[in-house]
Amino acid sequence: MNDLTPTPQERIAKLKGLGTSRKRVEDARFTQGKGNYVDDIKMPGMLHGDFVRSPYAHARVKSINADAARALPGVIAVLTAADLAPLNLHWMPTLAGDRQMVLADGKVLFQGQEVAFVVATDRYVCADAIELVEVDYEELPVVTDPFKALEPGAPVLREDLAGQTSGAHGARRHHNHIFLWETGDEAATNQAIEAAEVVAEEMIYYHRVHPCPLETCGCVASMDKVNGKLTVFGTFQAPHVVRTVASLLSGIEEHNIRVVSPDIGGGFGNKVGVYPGYVCSIVASIVTGKPVKWIEDRMDNLMATAFARDYWMKGRISATKDGKITGLHCHVTADHGAFDACADPTKFPAGFFHICTGSYDIPVAYVGVDGVYTNKAPGGVAYRCSFRVTEAAYFIERMIEVLAIELGMDAAELRAKNFIRKDRFPYTSALGWEYDSGDYHTAWDKALAAVDYAGLRREQAERVAAFKRGETRKLLGIGLTHFTEIVGAGPVKNCDILGMGMFDSCEIRIHPTGSAIARLGTISQGQGHATTFAQILATEIGLPADSITIEEGDTDTAPYGLGTYGSRSTPVAGAATAMAGRKIRAKAQMIAAWLLEVHDGDLEWDIDRFVVKGAPERFKTMKDIAYAAYHNAIPGIEPGLEAVSYYDPPNMTYPFGAYVCVMEIDVDTGTHEVRQFYALDDCGTRINPMIIEGQVHGGLTEALAIAMGQEIAYDEIGNCKNSTLMDFFLPTAVETPHYTTDYTETPSPHHPIGAKGVGESPNVGGVPAFSNAVHDAFRAFGLRQAHMPHDHWRIWKIANQLGLHG
Amino acid sequence: MIAAAFEYHRPAHLKGALGVLAEYGDDARVLAGGHSLIPMMKLRMAAVGHLVDLQDIADLKGIRVAGGRVTIGAMTTQHEMIASADLARAAPIIAEAAVQIADPQVRYMGTIGGNVANGDPGNDMPGLMQCLNATFTLVGPDGSREVAARDFYHSAYVTAREDGEILTQISFAAPTGGYAYEKQKRKIGDYATAACAVQLTKAGGKVTSAAVAMTNLADTPVFSDAAGAALVGTSGDAAAVKAAVTAAVAAISPTGDNRGPAEFKRHIAGIIIGRAITRALSRA
Repeated sequence: MNDLTPTPQERIAKLKGLGTSRKRVEDARFTQGKGNYVDDIKMPGMLHGDFVRSPYAHARVKSINADAARALPGVIAVLTAADLAPLNLHWMPTLAGDRQMVLADGKVLFQGQEVAFVVATDRYVCADAIELVEVDYEELPVVTDPFKALEPGAPVLREDLAGQTSGAHGARRHHNHIFLWETGDEAATNQAIEAAEVVAEEMIYYHRVHPCPLETCGCVASMDKVNGKLTVFGTFQAPHVVRTVASLLSGIEEHNIRVVSPDIGGGFGNKVGVYPGYVCSIVASIVTGKPVKWIEDRMDNLMATAFARDYWMKGRISATKDGKITGLHCHVTADHGAFDACADPTKFPAGFFHICTGSYDIPVAYVGVDGVYTNKAPGGVAYRCSFRVTEAAYFIERMIEVLAIELGMDAAELRAKNFIRKDRFPYTSALGWEYDSGDYHTAWDKALAAVDYAGLRREQAERVAAFKRGETRKLLGIGLTHFTEIVGAGPVKNCDILGMGMFDSCEIRIHPTGSAIARLGTISQGQGHATTFAQILATEIGLPADSITIEEGDTDTAPYGLGTYGSRSTPVAGAATAMAGRKIRAKAQMIAAWLLEVHDGDLEWDIDRFVVKGAPERFKTMKDIAYAAYHNAIPGIEPGLEAVSYYDPPNMTYPFGAYVCVMEIDVDTGTHEVRQFYALDDCGTRINPMIIEGQVHGGLTEALAIAMGQEIAYDEIGNCKNSTLMDFFLPTAVETPHYTTDYTETPSPHHPIGAKGVGESPNVGGVPAFSNAVHDAFRAFGLRQAHMPHDHWRIWKIANQLGLHG
Repeated sequence: MIAAAFEYHRPAHLKGALGVLAEYGDDARVLAGGHSLIPMMKLRMAAVGHLVDLQDIADLKGIRVAGGRVTIGAMTTQHEMIASADLARAAPIIAEAAVQIADPQVRYMGTIGGNVANGDPGNDMPGLMQCLNATFTLVGPDGSREVAARDFYHSAYVTAREDGEILTQISFAAPTGGYAYEKQKRKIGDYATAACAVQLTKAGGKVTSAAVAMTNLADTPVFSDAAGAALVGTSGDAAAVKAAVTAAVAAISPTGDNRGPAEFKRHIAGIIIGRAITRALSRA
């Protein structure tokens, strides 16, 4: 040992492994405009496709005349359902077990629906040709309200399902009914609620919104007729699933299909599903023998690709008079739009909504979800959340507030009284989930102390008094949330998509000089996988993260995986990465033992090397071992240093958090100002604190958007009212408040490194925090429930209806 | 979101621009900043065969303050008005309103001429120009004429400008006294839910003149004589402000949209007008 020998701390620092706020390796190219997105891809002879879309929400398509469009110079083809029918591609299966029209087959069911696909030499010709396609529509009665859709005389939307009394998820009781999905014990729940001392009942609506990634959806399909290979570049959150589905639909063998997700500009669930644009581009490329590009514009994206939420949640919650919850009953009317194209694990048509008992020890509960068809765009994706978990968290966090009002109790105290205690984990909820770990009281107490909760309540009481004296027109709202997420789908025993098990994978190859490449079945859309997965590996195998390349998204090179959504990358692919790293280390240990001429068991792992026990000067670094693995002929050990792991998680992970939002509300104008937002997240082991903070900031800002203004609304004849960014609220820096982040760290007991996932927590917890702040501001004046989004008009309406405008 | 094909003209002189308009009639439109027209063309809601870009016509640019009068060339951008020290001294209400228009990128391109000439009731400058009692100069094949901002707007997108004319400049007497431009909007980039411009003077503790005009609360900007009259001669006390607000609100006819229904806008208008008057009084 001498002064030049690095200390253990220096060696750890050099790795930039777990717990390091390593700068994002992706950002050098993104901040210089050097990303490679789908629309950056240009191929020789590439054609462009675009859709003729329906202006009507419900209409019969009597005829389509594309003669004038076909005659326009530059137009190569105009595809309609009649052209796709012989290939049996005029309809396609959805991820939810329903089917969806690729192009209008006899009728249209929502505004913006794809009617014909124009293929031309450039986008400008496409746009001109679209104007020339004459479609003769006969308007039909429109239903945009899911309750009206279930009335006896409601118009029949899905004529293709005539006579089908059951669907993919059981019985259909009405022509616009999709399924009823139930879990829990309804009889016992009703009994508990009827016997209870206090019952609160409320309808909670989580409105229809849209993920609205900055990059819209698109693809480039290229059929090489010489070698029979189809290549599809696209904005896919699950490239391997797209390849399998494309193979099943087209009959092209899977080895002849290559699906590539290049850089993706945000997904948030919008890019999980399969859209008509992909199918039409592939067909057009097969027909023309040329690459075909299809890129949505913003209006297409907002009107036609997958929306999120649209859940009407009728809740009843019961408690003893001192605030111990005794039961929870929830019935959801779920508006799925014209086709059931939700992206949920197949066995869960309402996703993981039954996590809706939240952070609370509720002895008995029931959930029933009715899926309904309406004349609205299909979707129902998990917008920055695990499947329907935002809906569940919003529901329970609103019901808790309503119950607190019913009890005349402080909402923070009510929560603390009902949290699942730390010593109860692993905890099995009344609706069947096994929560892996949690320490809710610690997080809650830390959050309340950080914001001086008691002081805030005093200030609020003074404000109410001043308001009543006419000294101010502003009210103060304190929005509380304690959420529990369920992420990391998931165990193959109960999580699959169309039969494809939701494991994930990592494949590692160590290079002789001690650097590495790892490939995963996931795909980053901005999450920073190239940064964080290298950190997991750095800690596992002792090579610096800077020496590890992470690659994803090319099905020809990456191992099979189910993709990135539902905060599953770290819980599933991150686990696969750690496990593959451990396989590398196991082989490295044998090599080190041979090099050091000791028995395997005489070695111990130390940061970046194997050391002979009791003789710290005798060691081999992973870099030494890598070289030896390739170039020393070691008896009984194959050359090379590679590993692959397919990880089927034993359980989901359950991140949680405690959020407090302090909001000033102008009673006269309905405007608001977020004065303080405190977000404590517990995502288990923290891989990169800087990236966590960025994820929390981004997720909270999307939550702000949803709670305070964002919506996809329809008028009575089914016109989408929010199809541009003028009317669809996307916050800028000006609208975005300052956030204070904090954490506790409760590792997942079953995850190899204890990590739980964080990308979606801020959206799940943020929406109820903002919304509860609005509600809380008016609690003293009798408000129980007011639906989101809380835009100026709706906040003004609350004040107006409470008589606060004099 | 791709416009249909059009011919692009970029004359260096006003005469050339007028020539294109004369030749193609209503198939030609002038392009100032383009932030209203281009989106309409991309949505194919506006069909324009010939687009006449005015950006090379140097005579249409610039801010002059002389002899108590402010003259602004039609192609002066919002950003240039915000940055102008002369304008900040002569009519600070202009910058106060202009910074509330859209975002910096739009303000680098958007012009005062385009803003006032398009006749979009959502635009902020028309109401402000009515408040300042500005005059618009229109140049056509038969020469030039002047129209008062308060007479210019007939209905949404319908103005006193004839098809062959180009709005070349605006001018107004440099205002004195207190001012305010108050605007409520949903977010950056949005048009007003309600907005109000107020310019007033006080002497000896009494309001001696007052002008009140409003934005996006009818299908044209709304100038309320009665609101101004309700203030003149008073001390600007609460009762006077209330009377002025009542008079101004009586003059508007908002319609419902995604920002909210008419009754909501009417209420917001009252609040915003009241705040604008109060702020202007505090500065007088």
